[in-house]
Amino acid sequence: MVKEIERYGIPIVHMATITTISKSVGANRIVPTTAIPYPVGDASLEAGAEHSLRKNMVKRALDGLATAISEATEFEK
Amino acid sequence: MKKILYYVNQFFGQVGGEEKADIAPTFVKESIGPALGFAQAVKGQAEVCGTMICGDNFFNEHQEEALEFLKKIVTEEKPDLVVAGPAFNAGRYGMACAGVVDFCLKHEIPVLTGMYKENPGVDQIAGKALIVETANSAAGMRKALPVLSKLALKMLSGEEIGKPQDEGYLPRGKRETVIVPERGSLRAVEMLIKRLNGEAFETELPMPVFDNVSPAEAIKDLSKACIALVTSGGIVPLGNPRHLQSASAQMWTKEDVSSLKQLTGSYMTVHGGYDPVYANAMPDRVAPLDILREFEEEGYIGHVYPYFYATTGTGTSVANARRFGQEIGAELKEAGVDGVLLTST
Repeated sequence: MVKEIERYGIPIVHMATITTISKSVGANRIVPTTAIPYPVGDASLEAGAEHSLRKNMVKRALDGLATAISEATEFEK
Repeated sequence: MKKILYYVNQFFGQVGGEEKADIAPTFVKESIGPALGFAQAVKGQAEVCGTMICGDNFFNEHQEEALEFLKKIVTEEKPDLVVAGPAFNAGRYGMACAGVVDFCLKHEIPVLTGMYKENPGVDQIAGKALIVETANSAAGMRKALPVLSKLALKMLSGEEIGKPQDEGYLPRGKRETVIVPERGSLRAVEMLIKRLNGEAFETELPMPVFDNVSPAEAIKDLSKACIALVTSGGIVPLGNPRHLQSASAQMWTKEDVSSLKQLTGSYMTVHGGYDPVYANAMPDRVAPLDILREFEEEGYIGHVYPYFYATTGTGTSVANARRFGQEIGAELKEAGVDGVLLTST
């Protein structure tokens, strides 16, 4: 899905936990996430800490969309 | 007698389903699940010294720890061969089997696995190891085990391994010198004539298929950009009114979320491939509409695209996933969306 959407020339960030799968399916912009049942979150944290983790993660994804890249790139913490 | 160590996930290890996907690895000196049928098939010629069972999520999220455990077992048991799976089309299980295979290759332990050809684990180890080609679901177990056990015995005895189509494994891209009665030019002309006549022919040199999409241009000004949210995490309105499949999706859904501040409260997950507890409590953990709204309010982004797209990414065929991407992408392009966040579980 990621690859087909990007084929239209729209930048896309794949937010996923198993980033090796992201790469093998051809995602170019990748943000590693926390865990499979709660990628953009962390159920083990208290609400405030989880919120800041989530906000930071989505910000990284948005900044990734605004970053020029020439090959598959992971946007880490 | 030669010793075989068997690797399975929590499901085939008979520990439990999705709710047990994060169990830490264990080892039992018995043949569990597929290892049992496998042990019977190699009986008298080799023995299964035990089964390592590990949750799929655990393996993928704590790979170092899982491999540390595997290392301890192979040091103690000294198996002559490790067999992992078969994983069929289960993505996380396939990635775990591929992780086991990589470990064994690094430590020079013979290793064998089985997967459906579209399993992402195949890409991880393609060309490096023998992967028995299986059906896409566990219904193919009965067919897969005899092929696995036959290959295992050949590997253990050092017998020559035949061609992929004869032995039932996925091609590794290896070339071998063979003697054929006719010279190349003659074979090429015969192939060309068949092709011109529209007849079936088999190439002697299949071309690799590369299908990389180059990265799209970056967004110049986020504060003016329209951002769309898409997920393969099966997030749908409560009650799943459009009947999105919980696995092997045939469709995608599109919901107007322009009046919503968050998905929590009116959405849920139908995805059958992960423990739904955390996503049902707060679906924004899978598709973060709430956070996007905050960035929208702060002016960090222009606005959030009014429609939210979802499908279920478990067991879904590559062909369907490609089609979903084409269809959703066409709509987003038409709508002038500047960037997309696609989340996966």
